[in-house]
Amino acid sequence: MSFFPYAVAAWLFIIGLYGIVTSRNFVHLVICLAVLQSSTYVLLLSIGYRVGGTAPVFAGVPVGTLAVDPVVQALMLTDIVVEATVVALLLALALQLHKHANTLDPDKLKALEG
Amino acid sequence: MIFFLLSAAVFGGVYLWGLKGLPPMGHYRGPYGDVLNQVATYERHVTDIVTAVNFDYRGFDTLGEEFILFMSVVGGTVLLRRQREEEKSEHKDQALSDESPERQAPEPSDATRVLTLGLVGPLVVFGLYMVAHGQLTPGGGFQGGVILATAPLLVYLGGDLKKFKQITSHTLVEVAEAAGAGGYLAIGFAGLILGGAYLRNVAALGRTGMINSGGTIALINLATGLEVAAGFVLLLYAFLEQTLEIRLRGGK
Amino acid sequence: MSTLAPLPVVIPLSVAAILSALNKFVGRRLSEALAILTTIATGVICGELLLQARVQPVMHWFGGWTPRAGVALGISFVIDPIAAGAAVFTSLLVLAALIFSLHYFDTVGTLFHVLMLGFLGAMCGFALTGDLFNLFVFFELMSASAFALCGYKVEEPESMQGALNFGITNTVGAFLVLSGIGLLYGRTGALNMAQIGRTLGGNLDGLVITAFVFIMSGFFIKAAVFPFHFWLADAHAVAPTPVCVLFSGIMVELGIYAVLRVYWVIFDGPFAAHRWDVRALLLAVGSITAVVGAVMCFGQRHIKRLLAFSTVSHVGLLTIGFGVLKEGALAGVALYVLGHGLVKAALFLVAGLLLHRFSSVDELELHGRACRMQATGVVFFAAALGLASTPGFATFLGESGIIDGAKGIGQGWVRAVFVIAGVLTAGAVLRVWGRVFRGMGKAEDAETAGAKKIDEGRETNAASHGIPAVMFAPAAALVLLAVAIGLMPGVKRAVRTAAIVMQDRTGYQARVLEHAWIPVTPAEEEHTPIGKGLAWSFGTTAAALVLAFLSLSPYWPSKHVLARPVAKTVHLLRAIHSGHVGDYVAFLTFGVAAFGVVLAVLIHLR
Repeated sequence: MSFFPYAVAAWLFIIGLYGIVTSRNFVHLVICLAVLQSSTYVLLLSIGYRVGGTAPVFAGVPVGTLAVDPVVQALMLTDIVVEATVVALLLALALQLHKHANTLDPDKLKALEG
Repeated sequence: MIFFLLSAAVFGGVYLWGLKGLPPMGHYRGPYGDVLNQVATYERHVTDIVTAVNFDYRGFDTLGEEFILFMSVVGGTVLLRRQREEEKSEHKDQALSDESPERQAPEPSDATRVLTLGLVGPLVVFGLYMVAHGQLTPGGGFQGGVILATAPLLVYLGGDLKKFKQITSHTLVEVAEAAGAGGYLAIGFAGLILGGAYLRNVAALGRTGMINSGGTIALINLATGLEVAAGFVLLLYAFLEQTLEIRLRGGK
Repeated sequence: MSTLAPLPVVIPLSVAAILSALNKFVGRRLSEALAILTTIATGVICGELLLQARVQPVMHWFGGWTPRAGVALGISFVIDPIAAGAAVFTSLLVLAALIFSLHYFDTVGTLFHVLMLGFLGAMCGFALTGDLFNLFVFFELMSASAFALCGYKVEEPESMQGALNFGITNTVGAFLVLSGIGLLYGRTGALNMAQIGRTLGGNLDGLVITAFVFIMSGFFIKAAVFPFHFWLADAHAVAPTPVCVLFSGIMVELGIYAVLRVYWVIFDGPFAAHRWDVRALLLAVGSITAVVGAVMCFGQRHIKRLLAFSTVSHVGLLTIGFGVLKEGALAGVALYVLGHGLVKAALFLVAGLLLHRFSSVDELELHGRACRMQATGVVFFAAALGLASTPGFATFLGESGIIDGAKGIGQGWVRAVFVIAGVLTAGAVLRVWGRVFRGMGKAEDAETAGAKKIDEGRETNAASHGIPAVMFAPAAALVLLAVAIGLMPGVKRAVRTAAIVMQDRTGYQARVLEHAWIPVTPAEEEHTPIGKGLAWSFGTTAAALVLAFLSLSPYWPSKHVLARPVAKTVHLLRAIHSGHVGDYVAFLTFGVAAFGVVLAVLIHLR
C-alpha cells in the first residue's frame, strides 16, 4: 500500500508518453503532456505525506502538531498554475497551426522531414 | 510502435527501481519540512506555512514561477496576435454581437444568464478573500488569482459579449499584470536595499492570526493575486478572440 | 553576501515587466534602446561578478535565509568563475542578437523585447543558481520564453510545427528533471545542491542512479544530445535568426552546463567509485551524437538546418569533454563552449543577412548570389575555420584541453571523433561558402538532392541593396572575439583554475553550508607539448577544405562502389528525422531507458 502512489506516478508518466507518441491531434497531445505533469505532482505530494499528519496550517492548531511537509505543497501549487499557462502557450501554437495548415494531425505534417 | 512500447516498459522498470529507494509513503523523513513547520510561525507570524514557504523562504522560486506565467501570457499574446488580413476583416464586421448571422451558437437561456451573472459578484469577493487570507489559511495569490480570473469567463458564458470584450481587452488588464509582476520585483528590491538580501522580509510582521501578519508575505500575496488574475484574463481574451473571429470569418 | 548577485536576473525581468506595461504607449526605438541598455548593464554586472568570483565564489542567500546547522532554509546563488563566465557570455550573445534585430520585426512592437529580456534573465539565473528546484524553475522560464520566440512567425505552419516539436520535447524533459528532483528530495529532504550532495554521501543505489539518469536526460534533451536531438533542427529551421543565434550559441550549451553542475556538486560523491562507468556512457553517447550530427549536417541544403545539425555535432564533442571527468577536459569544455558559441552565432547572423538580402537560406537557391558580399564571405569563411578548431581560435584551445585530458586517462581515440566532426561540419559550411559566395559547384547537387526545400519566409522588410551595418558588425565582432580568446595568453590557465573550483565538491559544500572562506588557488602552469595538437588541427582544417572543394567539383564520387551503402545509411538516418513529434518522444523514451539500463548494468558488473 505504501508503494502504490509511487507506482501510480510512474504509470501516469508512461501513459502520458504513450499518449504523446500515438496522438493524432495536437490538442490531445498537449493534454497528454498535462497528464505527464500530474505524474510529477503525485510523486512529490506522496513524498511529502506523513501518516497522521495534519495540513501545515496552524490556525487554531498549536505549532508542533504533526504535520505534512509544506515544501512540496508550496512547490506544487505554484507549479500547477504555471504549467497551465505553458499548456496554454502550446495550445496557442496548435491553434495557429490549425488556422494556417488546416490540420491538427502530426502525421499529416510533412514539412520538416530530413 | 513496438519500439516505443519496449522502451516504455524498460523506462517504467528503471523508474520503479528508482522509486523503490524512496521511504514508504507516509513516512516523510527529511529535515526541510520539519524545520520550517517548527520555526515559520514564530519567525514570520503566519499560520499558513505553505504560503510562508512560497513567498518568504522560497520566495525567489515563486518569483521565477510567476515570471514563467508572465512570459507564457506574453508569449500567448504574441502567438495569437492579429495578422494583417485579420485586421482588414475586423473593419467589416461590427462589434461582436449575438445577432451576427454566421454565429451558430444558440443564445444562452435565461437560467444560464441569471446564474452566471449572479455568481460574478460572489466569485470576485471570494477570490479577493482567498488572496487576502493566504498567510492565515490555505489560499494565497495563486489560488485566489485563478478564481478572480474566472469572473470575466462567467460574463462570457452569460452571453454578454460586449461587456466581456470591454472588461478583458482594456489596457488596464495588461498594466495590472505588469504591475503585479513588477510589484513582486519591487518588494524584492526593497528587501535588497533595506536588508541586504533580495526579498528579505522587511515590513512589519504584525500579530499572528491577523490579516496584516507576515510583513512582505501579505504584500507579495496581493501582487501575485493581481498578476495571476490579470494574466489569465489576458490569455482568455486572446483565445476567445481567436475563436470568435474564426467563427465570424465563416468558420475554418 | 554580495548585493550584486541577484541583479543579473532581476534587472532584465524588471525591464521586461516595465516594457510589457508600456507596450501600447512606447515606440519601437525606445523599447529597442531599453533592451540593449539592459543587456549591457547585465553584462557589466556579470563581468564584475566574474572578477569577484575569481577570488572566492560569490554567495547570495535570498530572503536572508542563511543555513542553520547544515540545513539550507532558503535559495542561494553560488557564483563561481564558470557560472559567472556563462552569464557574461549569455549577455554578450543576447546583445549581438538584439543589435542584429534592430532591422527586424515591424509588426509586433515591444513584446519581442519582453520575451528576449525574459530569456536573458532566465539564462543568467540558470547559470548562477545553487538550488536544484530553482534550477528547474529557471529551466522552465527559459523554455517558456524560447517556445514563444521560436514560434514567432505565426503565419507559417512549419514554424508552428517546429515550435510544437521544440515545446513538447523540452517540456517532457523538464518533467523528467522534476521527477529526478523529487527522487532526490525523497531521499535527502533538501533542495539545496550542496546539502543534497553532502547528505547523499557515497552510497550508490537504484534511486541515485535513476535520479541521475532522469536529471541528466532531461538536461540532455535541452542540450540536444543523441537520441534527444531531433527537435533542434526543426526549431532552428523556423525560428527567427536572432533567436537561432541564442539557441545554438548558449541555450543548448547551458543544458551541458547544468549536467556538469549537478554532476560535480551532487553526484560525484556516490559515483566516485564508478567513474569509469559514467565515463563509458558519456564518451559513447558523445561520440554517437558527434557523428550523427556531422553526417546529417553534411546532407542539408537549408543553411539554418545545416548549422543546427553542426551544433548537435559539437554538443557531442562537449559531452565527450564532460565525460572525461577531469579538470583539464572541463576547462577544455568551457573554452570550446566560448569558441563554438561565438563562431556559431556569427554563422547564424550571416545566414540571417543572406535571408534579408535574398529571401532565401537554401544553399542551392543562393548559388553564386552573394558573390558581391565578399566581406561577409570572409566572416563566414573564418567562422567555418573556427568550427574545424583551426589553431588561433578558442575552439582549438578547447579541443586540445579535452584531448589532452582524454589521453591522460588513456582514451586518446576521441581525437578521431573530433576530426570526423570537424571535417564534416566545417566542410559543409565551407561548401556553402564556396557555393553561395563564390559561385562554385552546380546549382543542383547529388548528396543534397534528397533534402527537401523548406520555404523560409521573409523576416525583414526592405529588399535592400547594401548590407546594414547593424547586421554585419555583430557577426564580424563575434568572430574577432573568438580569435582574440584563442590567442590570448594565460586564458587556458585561468579557465583551468575555474574548472578546478567547479569540480571541488567538498569545497563547494563548505562554502555554501558553513560560509567557509576558501579562496581560489590558481592552477599550476602546464607544459604539455602542443605540437601534435597543432598538426592534427591543421590537418583537420585542410581536410575540411578538401572535402568542401571536392563536394563542389564534378569529381564527387557519387557512383563509386562505396557510395551505395553510405548513401543507404544516410538515407535511413534522414528517414528517422521525420519531423513527427511522436517519433521524437519515442526516441526520447528509448534514450532514457537505455541510459538507465546501461548505467545500472555497468555499475552492477563491478
